Amino acid sequence: MKKVFLYLFLSISGILTIAPFVWMISASLMADGHASVYPPRFFPDETTLIQYHILFTRLNAYSNFINSLILSVLVTVVSLIFNSMAGYAFAKFRFKGKDKLFTILLSSMIIPAQVTMLPLFLMLKYMGFINTYMAIVIPGLANIFGIFMIRQYAISIPDSLLESARIDGATDFQIYWKIILPLCKPILVTLALFTFLGTWNDFLWPLIVLTDNSMYTLPVALANLMGEHTKDPELMMAGSVVTIIPVVIVFLSLQKYYLKGIMMGGVKE
Amino acid sequence: MNSTKNNLKALVFFLGPAMLAIFVFFFIPVVSAFVISFTDFDIYSLGNFANARFIGLRNYTQLFEDPLFWIALRNTFFFVILAGPLSVTVSLFAALLLNTKLVKFKGIFRLTYFMPVVTTLIAVAIVWRFIYHPRFGLLNYLLAFFHVNPVDWLGDPFWAMPAIVLMSVWKNFGYNMIIFIAGLNNIPSDLYEAATIEGASWWQQFKAITLPMLIPTTLFISLITMIGYFQLFAEPYIMTQGGPLNKTLSIVQYMYQEGFRWWNMGYSSAIAFVLFFIIFLGSVMQTLIQKKLKHT
Repeated sequence: MKKVFLYLFLSISGILTIAPFVWMISASLMADGHASVYPPRFFPDETTLIQYHILFTRLNAYSNFINSLILSVLVTVVSLIFNSMAGYAFAKFRFKGKDKLFTILLSSMIIPAQVTMLPLFLMLKYMGFINTYMAIVIPGLANIFGIFMIRQYAISIPDSLLESARIDGATDFQIYWKIILPLCKPILVTLALFTFLGTWNDFLWPLIVLTDNSMYTLPVALANLMGEHTKDPELMMAGSVVTIIPVVIVFLSLQKYYLKGIMMGGVKE
Repeated sequence: MNSTKNNLKALVFFLGPAMLAIFVFFFIPVVSAFVISFTDFDIYSLGNFANARFIGLRNYTQLFEDPLFWIALRNTFFFVILAGPLSVTVSLFAALLLNTKLVKFKGIFRLTYFMPVVTTLIAVAIVWRFIYHPRFGLLNYLLAFFHVNPVDWLGDPFWAMPAIVLMSVWKNFGYNMIIFIAGLNNIPSDLYEAATIEGASWWQQFKAITLPMLIPTTLFISLITMIGYFQLFAEPYIMTQGGPLNKTLSIVQYMYQEGFRWWNMGYSSAIAFVLFFIIFLGSVMQTLIQKKLKHT
């Protein structure tokens, strides 16, 4: 009895959690005006792809999609290189002031990104990078959280392993490339996921530095579209689907790493 | 023991790029923002920095007399105080349910509840905007079954912020749920076994074992939730544009408007630093609570 009640409750909560997505997908498959009816339709009366067609032809969502994709991949790859190198150095190198530097980095994590946005905008403006990919890539080159995660992971790699490689004549770079990186693979995948999804979903910064439609990422294009098409829920839902589907696919295929990453961050105390 | 002598070259090679990037594109901007917050940097200074003059604390004193700033501050606090505890409670509840031995298919439920977390905030805010639609929205339709009259959720000054709170809880509870599940799994199971042998009820075990053991996790979750919620921006930007009657205008939104719409960058920087100061105070408070709990 208790069990039935529990399952019933979990299932209803699950359905309520997913309901907005179901409605989003089904409204995106409706013709103009078919989602604005009472009572609301949970499923399309007649299915059409017209909204997607409008999105990709007239509204040029294709280039927004490409922008989002390129930027997310670019930031992920570059930051992974920077962060893993620094994480390795913090985990395995000995140098003066290491702990102090690391503490400073960690404590500066509570500075909200918004504080840096105005000067960063000015810097990028004078470098001529506003409305270019560089405006997104530059602030994402390295991040403290990523360095922290990799350092925590790499620190557990036994020194003896690195030692014997060094005796065999391996250089620092070979050790990093052939020992550290392969052994850190789980955390690298986790971090790559965080960064990819974070960049894909980011809104405020791209809104500030990308200034025309051909450069917009999907979220910015969507917000812009919202201003003009408030009365077209079907079209807006198609835009939302296009924005959400890639992150859902990426997440579902690598969810194990994502959830583990959150747990690691959560129990670091 | 750490690995043998690393020469300076290797250190610079591995640590240099990241440190340089963080220094130039994070620390310098933070310091610059602090300096700019003491100037009247505006659209004229945008063309020539020399047009900006130091005006001491005037931006900050002006902020304290700015009714719109107080409104933004009050709204943001209202949001944090309402959405924060609600998120944490819902997360804990979900984690407890999913951790009971009775439940099978844990993975599927966990995944379902987690789905809103990974999805793009802008996209789901748009979806929720239509869910809250006064005439055609799903929420009013559902509530009609319980004989609730239609509400213009986002157009009503009273309901607009609670509506944003509800959406945020839906969007975020899965994240903390995962951390709580990790916290629950870290509690040694022999504690429960011993309690069961002594005949403690579920509720007694919850009060005597689960809750106290979860305190560090809860504090950590409260901290990250608070920091995130103080940065409220995209939800009102999409769903209400700060309205109705400025009831959902948030600090970050006000900062964005002043800085990037009106180019009052000195003033905007001052707003950003007030936000930083609030988050800093909140973090210090959490740390103090944690220390105190550890010593007792």
